[in-house]
Amino acid sequence: MVLAAASVAQGVVQQIVSGLATGGVYASLALALVLIYRSMEALNFAQGEMAMFSTFIAWTLITQVHLNYYLAFALTIAISIAGGVLIERTIIRPVEKAPPLTVVLVTLGLFFVVNGLAGLIWQYVIKAFPGPPGLPRVPLSAGGVFIGVQDLFLIGVTVLLLLVLFAFFQYTKLGLAMRAAALYPETSRLLGVRTSWMLALGWGLAAGVGAVSGMLIAPLEFLDPNMMQPILLYAFASAVLGGIENPGGAVAGGFIVGILLALIGTYVPGARDLRLAFGLVIIVAVLLVRPSGIFGRMHVARV
Amino acid sequence: MALLELTDVQASYGPVKALHGISLKVEEGSIVALLGANGAGKTTTLRAICGMVRKTGGNVLFDGQVINTRSPEDVARLGIAHVPEGRGTLAQLTVWENLKMGAYVRRDGAAVKRDFDRVVDYFPWIARRRDQVAVTLSGGEQQMLAIARALMLRPRAMLLDEPSLGLAPLVVRDIYRIIETINREERTTILLVEQNARTALAAAEHAYVIEVGHIAVEGSADELASRESIRKSYLGY
Repeated sequence: MVLAAASVAQGVVQQIVSGLATGGVYASLALALVLIYRSMEALNFAQGEMAMFSTFIAWTLITQVHLNYYLAFALTIAISIAGGVLIERTIIRPVEKAPPLTVVLVTLGLFFVVNGLAGLIWQYVIKAFPGPPGLPRVPLSAGGVFIGVQDLFLIGVTVLLLLVLFAFFQYTKLGLAMRAAALYPETSRLLGVRTSWMLALGWGLAAGVGAVSGMLIAPLEFLDPNMMQPILLYAFASAVLGGIENPGGAVAGGFIVGILLALIGTYVPGARDLRLAFGLVIIVAVLLVRPSGIFGRMHVARV
Repeated sequence: MALLELTDVQASYGPVKALHGISLKVEEGSIVALLGANGAGKTTTLRAICGMVRKTGGNVLFDGQVINTRSPEDVARLGIAHVPEGRGTLAQLTVWENLKMGAYVRRDGAAVKRDFDRVVDYFPWIARRRDQVAVTLSGGEQQMLAIARALMLRPRAMLLDEPSLGLAPLVVRDIYRIIETINREERTTILLVEQNARTALAAAEHAYVIEVGHIAVEGSADELASRESIRKSYLGY
């Protein structure tokens, strides 16, 4: 009896650990969504596709150009940031001042364009994406719970990403200007901030963060132009759950969704195929019960 | 030569003409008041200067240079600090972050550092409450913060939109004392928009009264304040 209970607990912990790893992927894509939502109050439906495109760039750099994995990783982030800025300047800028719904529709269009472009360049054939080299293949274990070194890498990169972004927004002049421009565009312009470029930079950062999520998930799944679509849904769920305006909340939301999906996939019979539906259930439930998310940003107000 | 000069400036909001030809001069180092009733076009005049409203005619000159088509971002870089209607408090940012944003366009880091100290000399409470979120400040404090933020630009000219709005008389007095000190000590040229004519005339050297988009009366502040007919018909006191 005691032994059985212990092994059940062990199994649950095991699922939580593996959920944390995939949660990291949802978290980083959710972070990308939050970056754009905070500056334009619009969800970027093309975020997943942009991440997929970045991942194909990484794949090309690693397997075709034969660059070192970590160098390719960094280079892909840089290329993605530039690409995100370029997309904002060319496609989003004309609708910058339009209502959020217009922006959302444009990102939907962008979704199909990026997907089609990736299919055109790299074909709709699944490819294997290498994992980070140099990491031990043997999983670590503690108290009968196993965790892959690659999973740890994934969690670590996600947390690092959040910390870097936090430091950027909190401690740099540019980060401060981006926050000001997002919240108070008119006053910011009077203070000399080129708010339109801040928006472009926001898209750049989002594209860079999204690229990380694509490169993290690709070794676990396969690389193909449709790979990010379910992940985008989970990222939406994560962002909504954590608070769509709160970067830290979105990351926490990502880890929570990862854990929930792992638990449900394992312990609810037949639920593995219902994972996508479950993502939707989270979105609807949060929007109904607590629209600002569990870590929704508190607006301090003088009463 | 006037530091800031408007000649026959016209502006519209869509089909509605808001400014029918405003001409005014602000001499370097002076305080000029722009008075008038609600909706007369005072705020629009300031917005036309800083490029927030597109001008349909006339010229805005700053230091002899035509700046008609400059964006607000570029007008700030010329050294014109605009404290907008409603103070433009960056409400969810801290007091200190508000000040930092005031110096956003400046590249002279060492001088900016000194200016933080200078601003704290003007407003000692800022040092104690620098990490407080600006929305928690009182109205008077927010107005002071807006002026402090404008000072961080080390501006040649300051445009102040109704600094007395919604504040208690004692607070208004403090704020005007600071405005006059800034003008005297920093040689900052100030264009002041006010509904509160009595207070503004006491601080200004020269004043313009604006009425439905055009200048109705102008003169030295003393002269306007002393003529009862003008006070009664335009200034309401």
